[in-house]
Amino acid sequence: MMSSEFFTTWFLPGIWITVQVTVCAAALGAVIAFGTGLARGSRLWIVRFVAGAYFEVFRGMSALVLMFWMFFALPLFGWQLEPLWAGVSALGLTYGAYGSEIVRGSLAAVPAAQKEAGIALDFTRWQRLRLIELPQAWPEMMPPFNNLLIELLKGTALVSVITVADMTFAGNLLRLGTNETTPVYTLLLVLYFVLAFVITRGMRMLERRAKAGIGERPEKRGGVGTKSGGVGTKPGGVGARSGARGESLPAGPRSVGGGR
Amino acid sequence: MSAETDTAQTETARTDTAQTDTAQTETAQTLDAVADPPVDGSELIRFDQVTKRFGDNTVLDRLDFSVDSGKHVTLIGPSGSGKTTILRLLMTLATPDEGTIKVGGAYLTHEERGGKLVRAGEKHVREVRKNIGMVFQQFNLFPNMKVLRNITEAPVTVLGLSKDEAEERARELLELVGLREHVDKYPGQLSGGQQQRVAIARALAMRPRVLLLDEVTSALDPELVVGVLDVLRDIARSTDITMLCVTHEMNFARDISDQVLMFDSGRVIESGPPQKIFSDPEQERTREFLGAVL
Ligand SMILES: Nc1ncnc2c1ncn2[C@@H]1O[C@H](COP(=O)(O)OP(=O)(O)OP(=O)(O)O)[C@@H](O)[C@H]1O
Ligand SMILES: [Mg+2]
Repeated sequence: MMSSEFFTTWFLPGIWITVQVTVCAAALGAVIAFGTGLARGSRLWIVRFVAGAYFEVFRGMSALVLMFWMFFALPLFGWQLEPLWAGVSALGLTYGAYGSEIVRGSLAAVPAAQKEAGIALDFTRWQRLRLIELPQAWPEMMPPFNNLLIELLKGTALVSVITVADMTFAGNLLRLGTNETTPVYTLLLVLYFVLAFVITRGMRMLERRAKAGIGERPEKRGGVGTKSGGVGTKPGGVGARSGARGESLPAGPRSVGGGR
Repeated sequence: MSAETDTAQTETARTDTAQTDTAQTETAQTLDAVADPPVDGSELIRFDQVTKRFGDNTVLDRLDFSVDSGKHVTLIGPSGSGKTTILRLLMTLATPDEGTIKVGGAYLTHEERGGKLVRAGEKHVREVRKNIGMVFQQFNLFPNMKVLRNITEAPVTVLGLSKDEAEERARELLELVGLREHVDKYPGQLSGGQQQRVAIARALAMRPRVLLLDEVTSALDPELVVGVLDVLRDIARSTDITMLCVTHEMNFARDISDQVLMFDSGRVIESGPPQKIFSDPEQERTREFLGAVL
């Protein structure tokens, strides 16, 4: 089936390339997502307009075609990108556009009353964003970012068509050499799944930390608890938040007992 | 404040009176009552012909009123009469469509530039707004900060206090509101009444000259109301902070107020000391309203 030599010379490095492309594109995407997402809430219409235009344009763009364009068309303007960086840029630019929507949406979902409390304490716009709005929006961003990150991971397979030797590229090579179509693609499916699973775990951990950091109780660790945690956290999270605004009174021995 | 501005102020005040004289008698009456010679200091808040509309709905209609420094003033009136709107205008959470608001002699939403009144920039607004603190009906504590930091963050970030100073101040205030042992909790771990007392401490930590209180007990379970009102009574008695409060707790209003303003349809229709307003109001409308709530 698969020679171990092939595995070490193509497949392992391929996995590593996939990881690298994912991480680099995610980093670029995150910068773009926050930059554009914040700019879309700007007070200046021109900033909002430019950011909004970026979002619309890149959301509507095929990552694959953009990648081709960067790889084949950019050199015509005298700018030759390494295939890896062409791939990373194309992915980062498109997924960053999607991410900006997550950032904008989560910030917009912070209750207006929080902003008003910030104004009443005389914070500047930037201070409100930094101290109140972003910290509260951050945990809400985790689940959609997790989805996007997994989409990105799967999207990295596109780089194989511009000759980047990622794990899909290695898989194709192997299939051509051995004709073992089914095992090769099954292996690839499993590999992507495993990587996606690792991402999900990581993001859940970040989400838990973020929630704990804003006083929403982190759900219990371990076994089944963690699995349902992702879903279970949502209502709990919202409850805790509305509690803070007084719509519900979290009862409990500790809450009512103290005071005067 | 330059001498020029002072003269400008006096002039504005004079025009007020002139205008109001020609306006409805009700308002004229009101103004006399409001314009009592200051007892405890100078005029701290002045609304001058303030109009606020939401679409076609004119919520405040050329409203004039003023509050003297150190006074505790209660706004009463039927639902939708614009009480919350007044507090929100003062807190700059809304802007007037017409007219001006002055706090401590300075325009709140306007600046004088080259002899003309223009919309104020953020810097000016923030400077004037430092005088004002607000406690909200829904507390609006920051759920991402523990109690202590809810109170210290603004004094540190906005006023530039050192962390130690701010914490010392916060602990004193928590003592005042009876929550010393809760410094290390998140707001979500407190009852509504406790959260509201933290919110009061948070507002006071900025040492505002005016404290705005908008129905601060109406989101609370009945048994938690007393604790919050006691704290406010304490503050009213032991500090010289000016209070402007909207409340449906008429007993509380009677206890702490120096003056009660009765609103209806965006105007002050009657004002006076609580004893007078609550037991012997002059306006039929006031009588009706009090009959309904007392
Ligand atoms: N953001 C807004 N958009 C449109 N209309 C508004 C807005 N805020 C207030 N209003 C309207 O303005 C009027 C006055 O509202 P306001 O909240 O000041 O009344 P209130 O005296 O505080 O009443 P309540 O006792 O019920 O709190 C109401 O008719 C209300 O519908
Ligand atoms: Mg109201």
